[in-house]
This record gives sequence, structure tokens and C-alpha cells, in this order.
Amino acid sequence: MKLITTIVRGERLPEVKAALFRAGITGITLSRVSGHGGEHERFEQYRGTALVMEFHEKVKIEMVCSEPFVEPCVQAILSAARTGEVGDGKIFVQPIERVIRIRTGEEDNAALTAVNADAVQRAAINAAGMGGVA
Amino acid sequence: MTQATVSSGDTAWVLISSALVLLMTVGLAFFYGGLVRPKNALNTMMMSVVALGVIGVQWMLVGYSIAFSPGNAWLGGFSWLGLHNVGLEPNPTYSSTIPLQAHAMFQGMFAIITPALISGAIVERMRFRGYIVFLVLWATLIYDPLAHWVWGSGGWLLKRGALDFAGGTVVHISAGVSALVAAWFLGPRRDYRRVPIAPHNVPLVLLGAGLLWFGWFGFNAGSALAANGLAALAFVNTNTAAAAALVTWAALDLTRTGKITAVGVATGLVVGLVGITPAAGYVTPIAALVIGILAAGVSYTAIQIRSKTKLDDALDVFSCHGLAGIAGALLTGVFATKIVNPAGGDGLLAGNAGQMGVQLLAIVATVAFAALGTLGILALIQVTIGARADVPEESAGLDISQHGEEAYFGSDLGSSVPGTGGSLGGSVVVQTFSVEPTPAGAPGV
Repeated sequence: MKLITTIVRGERLPEVKAALFRAGITGITLSRVSGHGGEHERFEQYRGTALVMEFHEKVKIEMVCSEPFVEPCVQAILSAARTGEVGDGKIFVQPIERVIRIRTGEEDNAALTAVNADAVQRAAINAAGMGGVA
Repeated sequence: MTQATVSSGDTAWVLISSALVLLMTVGLAFFYGGLVRPKNALNTMMMSVVALGVIGVQWMLVGYSIAFSPGNAWLGGFSWLGLHNVGLEPNPTYSSTIPLQAHAMFQGMFAIITPALISGAIVERMRFRGYIVFLVLWATLIYDPLAHWVWGSGGWLLKRGALDFAGGTVVHISAGVSALVAAWFLGPRRDYRRVPIAPHNVPLVLLGAGLLWFGWFGFNAGSALAANGLAALAFVNTNTAAAAALVTWAALDLTRTGKITAVGVATGLVVGLVGITPAAGYVTPIAALVIGILAAGVSYTAIQIRSKTKLDDALDVFSCHGLAGIAGALLTGVFATKIVNPAGGDGLLAGNAGQMGVQLLAIVATVAFAALGTLGILALIQVTIGARADVPEESAGLDISQHGEEAYFGSDLGSSVPGTGGSLGGSVVVQTFSVEPTPAGAPGV
């Protein structure tokens, strides 16, 4: 099992989410974060005050995958989050020791498979086929 | 004295205008509230809102009498305390067609917003109790006498022929200068020029600016005290100057930074409204256009200079109200013409250069009186109950330290009900209610 943490552009979130769902990764946690990468600083003006915005708003997505899903997950993020410009983000992959589902007490891979994973994946694939978010 | 009879049309317009000016104070709360940081949003808005109560009472009890009851050249008398002797009949000294009580209410709304304007200079660092005392003393000792000088029967500036249609000197110059003095007296915010301070909610700023513009029609056109041609002229001039100043500000923004900012156009339109206030009923619409453009130019330049100094007039009240007010008062002396208002006066361009001298006298007198008075009042408050918030109060934010509230409630995780344990040291709920633990093994858990 691996913990995959990725920082992506907020405006790419719908595409990343759709790609993850199509790949069968349906259990995700996301948060708004600010951070500093290699991007240029942004300037804002309020009356006489000029501000340099050093930190950029990003979205952080965290998910834990069983081994067969790790590479599809990484590929899904790469294909959906990449614009080619500086600031597209990062993907971090770390080992995970133990996972427990609180509702049932199931552990590890059994705890990782969301009960509605298949339905969510089917819907995402159908949506893509019908011209939904690619 | 002709027989005075109440005109229903005039009375309706003045009463509606009074309500419009009241709305300006609420608009000001949004305008200022959006420009500060989240931890001071409520305190900043309260500085305007509380004036509705405090000055509403002060005006009814003493303010109207000091400003408008018969007295000498410097002060009104005490015959109208508590609105005693202020009846439902017109008083031809002020208007022969509206009840004197309508005049009292209309003027009361001016008395409310004027000290609230000052608050923009001292946000994020003044103790609220000290501020309330300041409101009462400033209204009583500065605003009410000033209003008497310019508008009260027998007022010395009125007798000299100073032209101030709706309060350029009484409201905007006095508030702007007092704001400058107050900002200097309290000193800069601890964070000023140390960490970036940006407006926390620009949409609120735009909402407030919109409400100010809307209410300003009551402020200026209502100052005709009648539903007549003069009111229409003031209405047209008000809108024209605001629009011209908005466009000018946007053009200046675009030239300087390459972008037109929302805070900029909101500021610009307010500055145009300030500039036209003394002139609204005395000049032509073309003159109003020029006044709007010039007022915006003056304020814009002043803000650029001010922001590079250590003077923390936080929301630029002096640049927006003091300087635009002075520009408007001087330009009234330039553009006034009896062609549009026979009861008004002629200015420089109409061949009466002497009007400039009178306008200048009114400005200098207002500046000196407001500056010295504000200094005295603040010094008194500082040595008694304290004017400046202390460091922990300012760091925590005045919403928490002065009001025990937050504009944007911080975190549900950090709060708990007293007595249930498990508090993370967050807020305290005074009203308690029982929390039933969920039974283990309950269905659906």
C-alpha cells in the first residue's frame, strides 16, 4: 500500500478527479493549500499599497492505494494535471504500514476498496464517453 | 414672515432623503469593513453602526439645539434641547414648507455619518469604549458648532456668504482633518508597513460604495429641502461628479499599474461624491464633471504619497474626504453661478473673485477648529479611559478583544460546550445544552 500525495492546480481539479475515478481510485481527501514553488510572484495593488503574493493557492489530494492501483493513479494525475507551465505541482509516493476501516474493522487492502468504487468508476467512464470532463 | 404651510411633496422628499442618508452610514460600515483585515471587520463596521445609536440620541437631546436653535454667531442656544419647541410646523429660517422635525431628522443623519467617517483613519487599533466617548464629544464640541457656523441661523460663516450646499466643510473637511489628527495621535498600527495589510473582502467594499452613492442622492439633492428644480440640479450634479471621478480613478489606475482595480473605482466614486457635496446646488452639470475629475486627481495623488509615509490614516479618510472636500469647497468658489441657483452665489468664473476668499476662510476655520478640537478630545480620552488598544488587544484583533465576537467564526473544532469536556481551548458557549452520547452499536453507525 502507498500513500499518494499530490499538489495540483486548483483549476485542474475537475480533470484530476475525473481521471482518478476512471482509474478506479475513488477514495480521496482534498484540501486547499498555499505554497511556494518555482513560480513567479504575483503582484496585487490596493490603492497605494502594492503586495507581493509569494504563496500560490493549490489543491492537495491524498489517497491510499493498494499496489496495483499505484501506477494507474500516478498516470491519471500526470495526464490530467499537466499544463506544461511552471507550477503544475508534484506527486509524492510513500509506503503505508496499516489501514483500518473504522466502520467494520477491516484491515489493509480490504479496508481500501470503497463499497461503491465500481459504480463511481463506471459513472466516470460513461461521463467521459458522453463528452463529460475528459 | 409669510404664512408657512407644509408641502406634502417637499416633506415626503426630505423624509425619504433622511432615510437615504441613514443608509449611507450602513454603506460606510460595509465600505470600511471590507477594507480591513478579517480580525477587525466587526469592530470597523461597529464604529459606523454604533454612531446610528449614540449620535441619534445625542442629536435629539442636545445636538440639534446646539447646531440650529437661535443663538449667537458661534453656537446655537439650548431652547431646542430634547427637541423641545421643535414642532410639526415649518420654521421659515430653514424651510417654509417642511415640518421643523423633518429638518431635525434630516440634519441628524448628517451628524451621525460625519464622525463615523473619521473612524476609517483609526481602524484596527482604537479601544471601542474610547471611541464611543470620542463620538459623543466630537459631535457635541466640533460638529454641532461647525454646523451652526455654516448652516445655523446667525452662523458667522453663513453671514459671510460661504457656500456649502450639503456639507463639504461641515461634514467632509471636518471629518477628513480630524481623521488625519486622530491617525497621527494614535500612531500607526503595529503591523503597518511591517506585514502586508490587504482588504479582506472587496465585494463588501463595492456594496458599501454602491450604498453610499445611492444614499448620497438624499444627502445632496435632499439638501434642497424641497422636491423642486434645485433638488433635480443637485441630483444631476451628484451623479455626474461621482461618475466622472470613477472614470478618472480608473484611468489613473490603468496608467500607473496597467489594471483597473475594484477598490480603486469604489474609492473614486466616493471621492467624486465628496467633491461635489459643497457645490451640488450651486454649479452647472459641466462644472460638476470637472469637479469630479479634479477631486479624483487630488485624492489619487495624495493616497500615493500618503502610503509612502509613516502616517497610518488606514483607509485614507484625509485624502478622500479632507482633500476632496477642500478641492470641492474651493471649486465651488470657482464654478458657482446664480444662473442655476439665484439663492446661491456667484464664483470666480461668474466674476466674483471674492467668493474664493470666503471659501478659503471657511476651509481654514474648519481645519483649525476640527484639528485642535480633535487633538484635545483624544488627549482627554487617552489620559482617562485610554484611546489606543494595547498590544495583545491589537494582535488578537479588535473583534475578539473589544466585542467578544468574530466576523468569521474560526473553527468548529476549537470550540466545545462547557462541562462536556474535550475542549481544545476554543470558545466558550454561555448557553449550555446537553449532549447525548451516541449509543454504541446503534443502527446506521
